[in-house]
Amino acid sequence: MNDARGGERAIDLEALDLDRGAALLLRAALLPLAPGEKLYVRGSAPALAHHLRAWARAEGHGFAELASRAGDERSAAPPAVAVLTRGTAPDARWAGAERAGGASPAQAVAEAPARWGLAARGAAVEAGSPEIRFALSRRDELWTDDAPELYRQAAAAQWDPERAIPWHAPRTHPDLVEEALVQVLTYLIENETAALLVPVRFCAQIHPQFREIQQLLAIQAADEARHIEVFSRRARAARTELGLSTSGGQASLKTLLDEPDFALASFLLSVLGEGSFVHLLGFLHVHAPDETTRVLMHLVAQDEVRHVAFGMSHLERHVRHDPTLLARLRLAVERRHEALRHTAGLNAEVFDALVILAAGELSPLAIERGYAAVSGLVEQMDAGRRARLRRLGFDERDAAALSGLHTRNFM
Amino acid sequence: MLYTNYERQVEQHLRGAFDVAWNSPLAWLQAEAAARAAGRTARAIAMRDTDQDLRSLLVVRSASAIRALEDLRGKTIGVGAGDSPQATLIPLQHLAERGLEAGRDFRVQRFDVLVGKHGDHVGGERDAARALMAGEVDAACMIDGNHLVFTNEGTLPRGATRVLDATALYDHCNFTVLDGAPERAVARLQELLLGMRYEDPAVRPLLDLEGLKAWRPARTSGYALLERACARTGELASFVQRVTRARRS
Ligand SMILES: [Fe+2]
Ligand SMILES: [Fe+2]
Repeated sequence: MNDARGGERAIDLEALDLDRGAALLLRAALLPLAPGEKLYVRGSAPALAHHLRAWARAEGHGFAELASRAGDERSAAPPAVAVLTRGTAPDARWAGAERAGGASPAQAVAEAPARWGLAARGAAVEAGSPEIRFALSRRDELWTDDAPELYRQAAAAQWDPERAIPWHAPRTHPDLVEEALVQVLTYLIENETAALLVPVRFCAQIHPQFREIQQLLAIQAADEARHIEVFSRRARAARTELGLSTSGGQASLKTLLDEPDFALASFLLSVLGEGSFVHLLGFLHVHAPDETTRVLMHLVAQDEVRHVAFGMSHLERHVRHDPTLLARLRLAVERRHEALRHTAGLNAEVFDALVILAAGELSPLAIERGYAAVSGLVEQMDAGRRARLRRLGFDERDAAALSGLHTRNFM
Repeated sequence: MLYTNYERQVEQHLRGAFDVAWNSPLAWLQAEAAARAAGRTARAIAMRDTDQDLRSLLVVRSASAIRALEDLRGKTIGVGAGDSPQATLIPLQHLAERGLEAGRDFRVQRFDVLVGKHGDHVGGERDAARALMAGEVDAACMIDGNHLVFTNEGTLPRGATRVLDATALYDHCNFTVLDGAPERAVARLQELLLGMRYEDPAVRPLLDLEGLKAWRPARTSGYALLERACARTGELASFVQRVTRARRS
């Protein structure tokens, strides 16, 4: 569409006017010109000259209408209507623009400034864009190089509750087992709610420079939303009422919501809490009274494994960059233990319900078996916590001590 | 200071209530005429790049039988507010200079939005454009840029209108000072305005807000058409009389 005649640039808009998108062509034709260079504009739209004048004035380009409307006899091209003189404004807007880091995850910057706001990582940001403050803007306090891969896995592992769970599987277990299951599910739902709110809160504080972390927390929140849904649906399968919610259980979860520090909150929630929950869900998978419960516990546990993996991954990196973090993690466990010292922790009804699920009936022999299974679960949880604490850099003794101080509520 | 209408602003300017006024083209002529009547002088110090070289268009429906200005005889023309230079005074002067007198040769239907604002509000022009499409008027007056805006926003469907005629070029607003204004402060203001660069992110939002890319030193050559319009209607003389009488009382 562009042609040069005697060194002059020209554009033929044909019948296109500025009320039909011609500005796009004009901008493209003017951009490569140097300020002061001219662009002849041909076109046959009746009001083109008037619109060109108004457009050029608004865009800061020079404008001169060409008096002669006679076309070139030898060509079919319409006559040049006007000549534009390229102004400086198109470049001026971008003169002070700055790249918001690089496009790839490896190019996330150490400290992301508020002036980049919501811009995509790697975008050129116009100078003077509004400052948007994100509390979490330093790479070392939240980043993990595994983030893109963890997100990919999470996105690939999303499951549809409707199709993934056999909701209509037969239930043949006695009423008291159903009642125990509903109590456990009631407890799980309130724990999942805490596990939903914590990542959501931090997600809103993360600088978009670290979008993979935002994405991970967002998909984690979506996982928890799904967990809440499937637990609720199973709880109501045979009952119209849910079980008990205790003040001790809520007190424990409230300390998670109240923790303002991202590293400490994800340590308490993911490493210690969700880590313990993986074992609990495994236990419920094994002792599920029906196929519906068995399958859904398995699916939920798979999600939780990823949540734990993300918490471990960014905390391991964080500790490598700041070894003093270990002392703060320890303090967080101790502080929480102190705060919960006078609460009951896990309610007796949940504990008993777990025993009944493993027992399957109320005979002394069965209860003995169930009790042993729950004791085994508590030991497994402790062993798992100690192993993760060791991986983070605590020594054997500290790992054992801190695991012992973890909330009796499991989460 | 913010005035609700230009007349009051010009009047207060002459009384020394402030030093610099942002004036519409009509307010500029009023200030200049009132100053002259009082033996004083008015001066324009700066204007926006977008205040220069405007044109008003006389627009008809594409299918209209009106092909030339002469065809407007007996017809109704929609204009903006009565004190709008671009949508009323200048187009009517343009027609008068071509032998078509409002009221005698054609009817005028005014779309008065916020009289006293000298047509700063685009609403009058838009209402006239709507009336054109509704068939209530046979032609409508608007700035060239607004014809583009109205077409892009859909007030005027694409291809539904035709530009019948265009006025000569004219200029729009300016910053006005009167003699006796503090010279160094005025010079500094002018320097600051002309020094505002679109490259500068601190001022760019302000320039965008006011619809300009750069301030220009003001010129007063672009007000001749409006001045002739005012002379024909006696608009300026009556304004000067009002201001003078107000000052005596
Ligand atoms: Fe969960
Ligand atoms: Fe989770």
